[in-house]
Amino acid sequence: MHGPPPEQLLKAKDYKSDVKPIWCAGCGHFAVLSAITKALAHLSLPPEQVALVSGIGCSSRLPAYTHVYGFHGIHGRALPIATGLKVARPDLTVLVTGGDGDGFSIGGNHFMHACRRNLDLTYIVMDNEVYGMTKGQASPTTDPGWEQSRLTPHGTGLPSFNPAAIALAAGAGFIARGFSGDPTSLTDLLIQGIQYPGFSFIHVLSPCVTYHPEQKAWKKTVHEQSQSTTADPVVAAQRIQQSDRMATGLIFKAISQVQQQQHPSKNISLEQISRQFVTHT
Amino acid sequence: MASPALKTTHPGCAQSIVCDGNEAAAWAVALSRPDLVAVYPITPQSSLVEYVSQFIADGKIQAELMNVEGEHSVLSALHGAALAGGRTYTATCGPGLAFMFEPYWRTPGMRLPIVASLVTRDGITPQCVWGGQQDAMTMKETGWIQIYCETVQEVLDTTIMAYRIAEHHDVMLPVNICHDGNYLSYGVTQVDVPEQAAVDDYLGEKDVNWHVALDPLRPMAVDPLTGGAGGIGPSKFVAYRKSLCDGMQNALGVIEQAHQDWADIFGREFAPLVEEYRLDDADYALVTIGSMTGAAKDAVDSAREKGEKVGLIKIKTFRPFPIEAMTRALSKVRAVGVVDRSVHYGWNCGPLYQEVLSCLYRTGKTISARPFIGGLAGADLTEAHFAKAIQATATMWADETTIDSPIWLNEND
Repeated sequence: MHGPPPEQLLKAKDYKSDVKPIWCAGCGHFAVLSAITKALAHLSLPPEQVALVSGIGCSSRLPAYTHVYGFHGIHGRALPIATGLKVARPDLTVLVTGGDGDGFSIGGNHFMHACRRNLDLTYIVMDNEVYGMTKGQASPTTDPGWEQSRLTPHGTGLPSFNPAAIALAAGAGFIARGFSGDPTSLTDLLIQGIQYPGFSFIHVLSPCVTYHPEQKAWKKTVHEQSQSTTADPVVAAQRIQQSDRMATGLIFKAISQVQQQQHPSKNISLEQISRQFVTHT
Repeated sequence: MASPALKTTHPGCAQSIVCDGNEAAAWAVALSRPDLVAVYPITPQSSLVEYVSQFIADGKIQAELMNVEGEHSVLSALHGAALAGGRTYTATCGPGLAFMFEPYWRTPGMRLPIVASLVTRDGITPQCVWGGQQDAMTMKETGWIQIYCETVQEVLDTTIMAYRIAEHHDVMLPVNICHDGNYLSYGVTQVDVPEQAAVDDYLGEKDVNWHVALDPLRPMAVDPLTGGAGGIGPSKFVAYRKSLCDGMQNALGVIEQAHQDWADIFGREFAPLVEEYRLDDADYALVTIGSMTGAAKDAVDSAREKGEKVGLIKIKTFRPFPIEAMTRALSKVRAVGVVDRSVHYGWNCGPLYQEVLSCLYRTGKTISARPFIGGLAGADLTEAHFAKAIQATATMWADETTIDSPIWLNEND
């Protein structure tokens, strides 16, 4: 394995793979990928000490585009896979990525239980309110009156899911909302989420320009939250319910009680890892 | 948008349209008048359920559409609706079918006559969104009836027939109509759409929960605890299993009758169980399944022009397995090359090959056989591939040998 030695400052590009994303031009996920690599570079995390686990969907393609360890998992099951990985290798920084369909619909059950289990995972959900990969069906966060899907031509008629409210109710200690159109703030939220010693949930508004072209207007409607972060879940609940769901920032940060077990391999060097893959003749 | 109509051509036909297999299946669903359709999108099924949804939105189907949170919920919702007396439908494939597995293998035991299209897709890993029959074949031991289609018209017609078969009181079993992902799901051709009144006559009165129901007027224990541990002993469990096996065997005759009646009303004949093509004077034959059969028949025709006495056996109904019809067909030749679009792990062959071997024993003859595996992950099976299979089978026929190692037809593609 080649790369800069650990003591050398890593750049965002060191975390990117040479695989070209196949996302549509203008997709919000490009900026999320960029923000993730910038956050990892800011924290100088050695790529071999970071794992990125995803589910299925457009945003779940993200691991292939990074240079960290990645696994493209099962639809809705990114969190259980990441949980198993984190329990076995608590020394690794484990990021989990996916979309609103993957995380809140088919994987909704795991979202709740990952929040309450409170392992030190960072869960980044790119929410564009649509299933993009299967060509534009309504997801749990889709507006009930959205009539552009061929599967629900008269809209779903169902109230949309409020991810931050569910995360809070299920016990998540770190809840933030970011926007792909503001990558600098998003990078900052990702850094804080990775540093938080417990389950951190970062809900990213990431437009789908193909199936939701009207989301281009998010540039105007997304705004910073007016209040500072709270550690009080009652206050957080009230703010989440009163919010227009377009307010970005760190909404809630509890004093985490997580006890992170340390793995003896935490300080293993890149050379030691490399040797595991060398065939001795 | 549904496809525009062409002029009407056949008796019992309302219109001819040009459409793909997914839209053809949706037309069949519309004509079968379901009460509940539950869906979760997955490639290459998505457009099928979108067509169904559009038909419901347009009022063409008086049904409820449930757009639920995953395939496990899809089939569970159909369980509830079927127990309440509703005619139900869904479609899925690949990983979606795998996620559906828990309610899926309960469905036959409860004798729920649910119809589900499998827009067949190859199994992961590695990651793949393309056609293949590994998904359906993985489910062959669960007690669902499995019927594989060759053409888009056959998808439309057989999907309607599926309700007749599933709801027959001697059967009462769920039916999978399998159509090859990509090739049939997106392959466009002209099809005849039957008249609604003729389909209504063909399907008859709906009566789907006479035997098991969630109905306050007929209180009953649905799916009782059997065996030990507080249950009523092994005999009840055995009775359920035997009854399911009986229903499966009864289905063979019901499937044949459903096809015969269809031909009588609509003028289109399909071999219900096993089709024999240029077989009567053949020395040897290919055995095929699904949409690959068209290219295979072309290859047979070309070989015949060169003087090769080759025929073809296509299986349509895979569960229940048509043992007699397959044995009868195999008895006519002295060598067969069996082409599977999936893998039967542990036998180093495809599942169709393994079942053909069982029938060869019943012929009482020594017939050479060899497995071929092709068309995995959406790979093309062309006339050239089948020409290769014919040649290899001809060699076996001449040498009177059986070779169990498979030929992987797309290995170098």
